[in-house]
Amino acid sequence: MNIVKARKLAYEYIKLDEDGKLESKSRAVDDVDLDVQAGDFVAILGHNGSGKSTLAKHINAILLPTEGTLYVDGKNTQDESKLWEIRQTAGMVFQNPDNQIIGTIVDEDVGFGPENMGVPQQEIWQRVEDSLKAVGMWEYRSHSPNKLSGGQKQRVAIAGVVAMRPKCIVLDEPTAMLDPNGRKEVIQTVHELNQKEHVTVILITHYMEEVIHADKVIVMEQGKIVMQGTPREVFSRVEELKAYRLDVPQVTLVAHELQKAGVPIPNGILTIDELVEELEKVRRK
Amino acid sequence: MLREITLGQYYPADSVIHKLDPRVKLAGTILYLISLFAFRSVEAYVIATLFLGTMIYISKVPPKFMLRGLKSIIFLLLLTSIFNLFLVPGNTVLKIWKLRITDAGIETAVFMAIRLVYLIVGSSVMTLTTTPNDLTDGLEKAMGPLKKIRVPVHEISMMMSIALRFIPILMEETDKIMKAQMARGADFESGGLIQKAKNMIPLLVPLFISAFRRANDLAMAMEARGYHGGEGRTKMKPLVYKSRDRMAYLVLLAYMAVMFAVNRLGLVESFFA
Repeated sequence: MNIVKARKLAYEYIKLDEDGKLESKSRAVDDVDLDVQAGDFVAILGHNGSGKSTLAKHINAILLPTEGTLYVDGKNTQDESKLWEIRQTAGMVFQNPDNQIIGTIVDEDVGFGPENMGVPQQEIWQRVEDSLKAVGMWEYRSHSPNKLSGGQKQRVAIAGVVAMRPKCIVLDEPTAMLDPNGRKEVIQTVHELNQKEHVTVILITHYMEEVIHADKVIVMEQGKIVMQGTPREVFSRVEELKAYRLDVPQVTLVAHELQKAGVPIPNGILTIDELVEELEKVRRK
Repeated sequence: MLREITLGQYYPADSVIHKLDPRVKLAGTILYLISLFAFRSVEAYVIATLFLGTMIYISKVPPKFMLRGLKSIIFLLLLTSIFNLFLVPGNTVLKIWKLRITDAGIETAVFMAIRLVYLIVGSSVMTLTTTPNDLTDGLEKAMGPLKKIRVPVHEISMMMSIALRFIPILMEETDKIMKAQMARGADFESGGLIQKAKNMIPLLVPLFISAFRRANDLAMAMEARGYHGGEGRTKMKPLVYKSRDRMAYLVLLAYMAVMFAVNRLGLVESFFA
């Protein structure tokens, strides 16, 4: 079943001048058809300004489409009466960990979502415990968020969304402000949630290393979806990705260059192990 | 340098007063302040002193922390005392040149001084034993009835707690911006008062921009997590009175009753009677 379904989705940012007259219009998302299956791990790639964040904000109904429609778990995001249901179905994690933590204590912050939903007190505590354990932050429950590292803060933010028991989590460049260790922590946490709790994950990023384990990769450019497929399919088109100013993982690039230089190895190599294996094969020949 | 500033003046310790419901402490402080001003007699002040002393003792907060708050009002204290001393009419006790010190003047000066000191120390007992968070919660609950006259109680307390959370973040940011501007040759140290204030502009403008950006982000994050005001919201850590809170109310009631009785009976004739 498709948890997210977009048809001909478009969104325009409208800029007004001082007199309230139209100054300029820019289409951030343009004619996008998107299908995400429940339980999948989908990565959306794109350069700055490619419209990927704008698209993400539609899934949580923070933005409403200018044209076209978007269904989240069968509910149209333009239906105002379903707004809170949609936000509960599709949780959202943002880039800056500091600007999305509301509580002054970790457990209070995780409880914020369930509190808004009107969950009974006893159950809030159960959910807080479950979700903090799921992201490995249970020991820090009575700490102040200000004293945590970036990766830990981001995991708290994820726990805050998980506590609302969403079917789908949208992460909008959750690792952009983190150091390499923090990035690893967060991506690992997200993968665990996807595998153990079967939460659908939509990860928006521009780090190629983070998407190689995804089920599906979507590449966006100037508001349009330009490439779609498994990581292997997408990364085998190195030249095309370069044209969209995107890097491919280092290993893939090395393999691609070797291939161009005449070494007979296949397209779309994603890990060092794969490359080693292929090179071994070549050597034995 | 800026990070050393601590928020509020909470002094962590394991005492009954620390554990009390913030509402009790709020009510206690207000009643105590009322009692200081409503009852004016030597006995009343003796009882008030004893009560305050006991509270400080139970709270396990070192008395020097309690007295710290007095520093800021020392000037006010001196000023009111001197004015009272010389300007209250009554029987002259001492005459220096044209200024007369009267018996009523001495009396009023002493009472005013005691009142002011107790007022500050009394409210310090509350602020030193309650975390800012608990205080906000307590205020929200205590102001609950005001909702009926359309005071946005929930929103006010939400704003307060968010402000509390962002103070350290903005402090850190101020520090960063200061360093960045100093690296580019900004000078925050030298010059007179006006020059110094002018020098703050390259610090304040980026700080404000960043604060607005953060506010925007936070609002979006709150909406994404289903925040839609206080209605239909449940509380994860609701304030519930425990038996010790009831006991505390009884103690407060007893204190007020004694104060009232002492004043009514006039065991010793009041100064002002």
